[in-house]
Amino acid sequence: MSNLPNDLKYTKSHEWIQTNEDGTITVGITDHAQELLGDLVYVEVPEVDLEVAAEQACVVVESVKAASDVYAPVAGTVTAVNESLEDAPELVNSDPYGEGWIYKLKVNDPTDLDGLMDAESYLAESDD
Amino acid sequence: MSDSLQTPLYDLHLEHGARMVDFAGYAMPVQYQDGIIKEHLHTRANAGLFDVSHMGQLIISGTGVTQALEQLIPIELESLKDNHQRYGLLLSEHGTILDDLIVTRKTADSFFVVVNAACKENDIEHLRQHLPDVIKIEYLQDQALLALQGPQAHTVLQDQLEDLESLTFMQGRECTVFGLPCYVTRSGYTGEDGFEISVTAEHAAELAKHLLAHPEVKPVGLGARDSLRLEAGLCLYGHDMDTSKTPIEAGLLWSISKSRRPDNNKAGGYPGADIIAGQIESGVDSKRVGLLIEGRAPAREGAEVIDPASDKVIGVITSGSFSPCLEQPIAMGYIDQSFAKAGTVVEIAVRKKKIPAVIHQLPFVKQTYYRG
Repeated sequence: MSNLPNDLKYTKSHEWIQTNEDGTITVGITDHAQELLGDLVYVEVPEVDLEVAAEQACVVVESVKAASDVYAPVAGTVTAVNESLEDAPELVNSDPYGEGWIYKLKVNDPTDLDGLMDAESYLAESDD
Repeated sequence: MSDSLQTPLYDLHLEHGARMVDFAGYAMPVQYQDGIIKEHLHTRANAGLFDVSHMGQLIISGTGVTQALEQLIPIELESLKDNHQRYGLLLSEHGTILDDLIVTRKTADSFFVVVNAACKENDIEHLRQHLPDVIKIEYLQDQALLALQGPQAHTVLQDQLEDLESLTFMQGRECTVFGLPCYVTRSGYTGEDGFEISVTAEHAAELAKHLLAHPEVKPVGLGARDSLRLEAGLCLYGHDMDTSKTPIEAGLLWSISKSRRPDNNKAGGYPGADIIAGQIESGVDSKRVGLLIEGRAPAREGAEVIDPASDKVIGVITSGSFSPCLEQPIAMGYIDQSFAKAGTVVEIAVRKKKIPAVIHQLPFVKQTYYRG
């Protein structure tokens, strides 16, 4: 199985979520997800200040073969996007939990985060 | 995928860490551990080994087979020498494309024909229906097909085939490779010099292992096969051509042998010949073109092509990907003929954006076939 940090939260749709001290979360896709997608050639990041609903498709990642959506784990407002991905989408493949982060979100209701999965649950879920 | 058929190389794919997908009813490797981009670039720089055993291999034989096939495919076969091959299109009565195939003459009365995996059943039915009863169609079910493609492909086979230099593009030879009986042709689907090797299912894995033992050779999946053929400007059946397109619309006039075109000695005499002759004479409303796309976002099949001046839809993308060699998105599609000239600037609707693109001459990457 691929790399799965214990200090992150996860969604069924293969996003990882890091909770930051300033009340934002950082969102990316899991190592498992990038493996499934293969070499990424383009990441369409959301606009800063975009308001998103939970489970709204707000990022498109494109591999050589196909385009896939990445979903907002909870409702909130986009506060930052990883601009390095514009020229180097492969960072999502090479460092999915670090340099390959995709965007930051100011969460509307922090209790929404309670519904996210831990590494163990994600692993059980994605093994199906 | 549990219902998918397996090629004789199935276990070898898994040993090499392939990710398997269903393609035309077969479990096929879409990529190996290196990934599509590395596999693609490796093929352009060295040599890639592809399993294309899902394709249909046929022997069509019998007295009068040459003339009989000429009535279904608009190519010149009478003058085709033994062990020479030609690309051709199987046409419907409307002159539209049922499949594309490679026809190799084996003897005076027999041809070796390779057809697309997804089309093979329909092709066999069509051929059986339209060829005289004396013509035999044999489907080589127990035959595997391996493609070795790239600038180093010939160095791998150098020790195996005597006088390899004399085997030029679109020629074949009965021979042994690593002691295994094979039929080798100098052909492929990547735009590179390379070979397709037909071998019995029983020997296929052994042959593949011998080829992969060479440091220049890596296994390459269907993902890179698709991006390689797109760079080479080659059509994929069911996407860039199908039963709604004629060879003229598809930009494949070159595939109609000269002798079969209007005003030549063997003009017509194939399905839809009048329609095609009319299109050669008067042109077509829309035709296949290449498109070079600005930025990094690939335009995929089905995306609309738009005239920036009028904002009208003038075409549609039929294949689109990211070119690992050009490091930008490329596509093929059909466009209103008045916009088809190379250099014309258009837009492509990708999700909510309109992305600038320019009509580009095909191929995108120079073909390097070995012509001696």
